[in-house]
Amino acid sequence: MRHLMSPLDFTTEELEKLFCLANDIENNKAKYAHACDGKIMATCFYEPSTRTRLSFESAMIRLGGQVIGFSDAGSSSAAKGESVSDTIRVISGYADICAMRHPKEGAPMVAMEKSLIPVINAGDGGHQHPTQTLTDLLTIRSLKGTLSGFTIGLCGDLKFGRTVHSLINALVRYDNINFIFISPDELKIPDYIIEMLKNKNIPYEEVNSLDEVMPQLDLLYMTRVQKERFFNEEDYVRLKNYYILDTEKMQLAKPDMLVLHPLPRVNEISVEVDNDPRAAYFKQAEYGVYVRMALILTLLELA
Amino acid sequence: MLNVGQIEEGFVLDHIKAGKSLSIYEHLQLDKLDCTVAIIKNARSGKMGKKDILKVECDINQLDLDVLAFIDHNITVNVIKDCEIVEKKVLVLPKTIKNVIKCKNPRCITSIEQELPHIFLLADEQKEIYRCKYCEEKNTERF
Repeated sequence: MRHLMSPLDFTTEELEKLFCLANDIENNKAKYAHACDGKIMATCFYEPSTRTRLSFESAMIRLGGQVIGFSDAGSSSAAKGESVSDTIRVISGYADICAMRHPKEGAPMVAMEKSLIPVINAGDGGHQHPTQTLTDLLTIRSLKGTLSGFTIGLCGDLKFGRTVHSLINALVRYDNINFIFISPDELKIPDYIIEMLKNKNIPYEEVNSLDEVMPQLDLLYMTRVQKERFFNEEDYVRLKNYYILDTEKMQLAKPDMLVLHPLPRVNEISVEVDNDPRAAYFKQAEYGVYVRMALILTLLELA
Repeated sequence: MLNVGQIEEGFVLDHIKAGKSLSIYEHLQLDKLDCTVAIIKNARSGKMGKKDILKVECDINQLDLDVLAFIDHNITVNVIKDCEIVEKKVLVLPKTIKNVIKCKNPRCITSIEQELPHIFLLADEQKEIYRCKYCEEKNTERF
């Protein structure tokens, strides 16, 4: 029985199979509409997350399966003090697969150790969010046709963003990827990631300004710069506009550059950019459902 | 100079960093063994200047070498039989350590679920870095 705790749990060959399946689902929805008939997914969400939970639920329902679960710890037995281990033992008798989100890091792994059904980590604090990374990889592979040989700019909060860290760790397994990290000094990519890139001889660049690197990028992965991350208001006001993507900045980009964003967006991408054909973030959210459908089928050994 | 007699059967932990013997005594749970233990602090050492030594009269199998290796894999473990050194054990960093150190990450699941074991995995052998199995936080605790 397999689970998904980290995006690196799958080899690149296994991911390739998963992405092929996701693309087949995208193109042949009817073929998979009853693939999970009679199966139940438990969505155990110990903290609210509308987007991820709905994406999992949509994936299971599109496969013909059904969904049970809870959407915050207050409405679950955790409020009565039940451990994650006990909860998953009970859920194992109720469902065939479980997607778990928990504010505490490592909670899905604790569940995995006691579970009789496959467990998917749907986000554990600031630690891992593997299905977001799989979504990002599927989006790049589907829209660019490859997962190697491109320059990707990662922009915004590169210090605290687990999405960005996970994506980098997943992308370094592919060939000829050039990273450009665009952030204020306060939110630079952590040293351990830079060290890992140096050890693997992977080219990277760290810059403050988005404008100056826009023409080089094949992909731009935007994240939110949160006001509370800054030491003072002045710095925030000074820097925030550097990292707002608007039509003016898009004019500097290649005609086939893609803009990705894990969403939700606040103001870091102007709504006017939504009409640009290079804006791929809503398509990315849709790919999130296909990749979760492929993952459910794979873990249930129905693929 | 202080003289501590030979032991007939047991082990001698040599080249312990000066001042660390009590911590090792504790982590090897030697207080729970019903045997003779000699703790020698600040013994003269040509190599280290000063060192600690532990002499324990008990079966070698009662010693948790993994815990010892985690604490300091440069410690020499001499196995004694009939007052002679019959073997020198080489300590290698254990791949896993359980309930020796605690995860200090307040966001880790082990911080709220008390019955969970604290398991650390060797992440980088050269740098001797261990990470919590659950949250992957780096251990900074050294004895």
